[in-house]
Amino acid sequence: MSESDAALLARIFRQESGRCVATLVRLFGDIDIAEEAVQEAFVQAARSWLLSGFPPNPGAWITTTARNRAIDRLRRESSRHRRHAQAVLIERDPDDTSVGASVGPMNDDRLRLMFTCCHPALATNAQIALTLRLLGGLDTNEIARAFLVPEATLAQQIVRAKHKIRVNNIPYRIPADHELPDRLRPVLTVVYLIFNEGYRATSGEELIRGELCAEGIRLARLLAELMPDEVEVVGLLALLLLTESRSAARTAVDGSIVLLVDQNRALWNRLLIAEGQTLVRACLRRNAPGPFQIQAAIAAVHSDAATAADTDWLQIVALYDQLTTQTPTPVVALNRAIAVAEVDGADVALALIEVLPLDTYHLFHATRAEFLARLGRLDEAAAAYAKAATLTNNTAEQAFLQRRRGALI
Amino acid sequence: MKQYLLSVHGNDEMYAAVPPETTQIMYAQVDAFNAEVQAAGAFVFGGGLHSASAATVVSVKGGETITTDGPYIEANEHIGGFWIIAVPDLDAALAWASKGSAACMSPVEVRPFQDESDA
Repeated sequence: MSESDAALLARIFRQESGRCVATLVRLFGDIDIAEEAVQEAFVQAARSWLLSGFPPNPGAWITTTARNRAIDRLRRESSRHRRHAQAVLIERDPDDTSVGASVGPMNDDRLRLMFTCCHPALATNAQIALTLRLLGGLDTNEIARAFLVPEATLAQQIVRAKHKIRVNNIPYRIPADHELPDRLRPVLTVVYLIFNEGYRATSGEELIRGELCAEGIRLARLLAELMPDEVEVVGLLALLLLTESRSAARTAVDGSIVLLVDQNRALWNRLLIAEGQTLVRACLRRNAPGPFQIQAAIAAVHSDAATAADTDWLQIVALYDQLTTQTPTPVVALNRAIAVAEVDGADVALALIEVLPLDTYHLFHATRAEFLARLGRLDEAAAAYAKAATLTNNTAEQAFLQRRRGALI
Repeated sequence: MKQYLLSVHGNDEMYAAVPPETTQIMYAQVDAFNAEVQAAGAFVFGGGLHSASAATVVSVKGGETITTDGPYIEANEHIGGFWIIAVPDLDAALAWASKGSAACMSPVEVRPFQDESDA
């Protein structure tokens, strides 16, 4: 296989596997059967596409092949899988070739699978791992490396989650309208956490991390496409795009961290900013603000400023006030204080954060250090930077914090 | 239909401290909930239990039956009662659990029964 064929195959796998797995789960009612059949179909594709060329619709090819594989397997093992065999072999016409032909139902399948993977009965870690594995086509090893957990631990989490889904009959469906507010929240959180894990780089390898950001945006786009009426979904997509727009400016050539105020704004991705801002304006017109929309609006205000000094901090404080009424968490209060420092001064901001229960959060100490330094309390600032550095495992962040500390003493 | 155990978890001391009026309200709510589950055709069985101090544990070791004063697990919280319901999927079970928890004013654990297809 030539390099370009291999790359094309890998790209097709990443694009199509989630769609195919989702359709197979609907047809066979079993995640393991769906996953194995899709994997077998890709192995078969690698062989036969080299001989006969790539088919015009690779996704449909994979889905049809995987479905046939699964039916063959169920026929062979019909005594062991009586329930599935009955569902598929008796109730469905095995010659039905409509699978893979239409786009609408397949998109619905991915949405169904998303709600199953992010079911509130599953732990958040399991929701994330299942979503990346089943919808993102990432393998266990890749997910484990991205989250710095042993592969065996992650594999075990996935096995347990799939077992819980099966024995509990966790349904494979899009929740009804009245359930949607509660059920959508974990879905959006999982997509946000996938992106954030890639962006914040708490740990792990660089290459896989970029993949996590791309996957988070891909999933957010998919959700926004499939649920255009859910304005928080649009808000999440806007937030991710506007955050991603700054990624090239976030690190210097040597890999060290560059703060928002010090970033070279010429490096910001104008296309992503334009798309994100358009989405934020569309959200505003709907007038149903939620936490993701407000955070996107804050990011949009930053992206409007040609220089850091042009930033409309009053507007940002107002948006944080709004966010505080919706999600009154200590981290929101901390971020609000950073904007308050620009409007009312570091002394006011410092008083706001001293009471926050964030002693184990490195960015709390880094923020406190910044305020103390501005107030000329350099010894205390240096101590706070040192404390912050002990609380993160990310070497780039540690280096950054030690450098800030070094500049004070 | 799939069967689920909805078990009510509570603390005997806490129950003892509940004022009698509240207990009466709770009983009335649970009666109404039971009627609702039955009317929906989801009710298999259910009931409230006496406190864990009334429990006895029986085990057989080497053919010998050993009977001891219970409960089996020395914990502060015990099962105070349960329902067994038959519904299509976990979402339906969780919806009943939510109503049941509100009625009996205690957390409810949902667990699926093993059935033929799990073998």
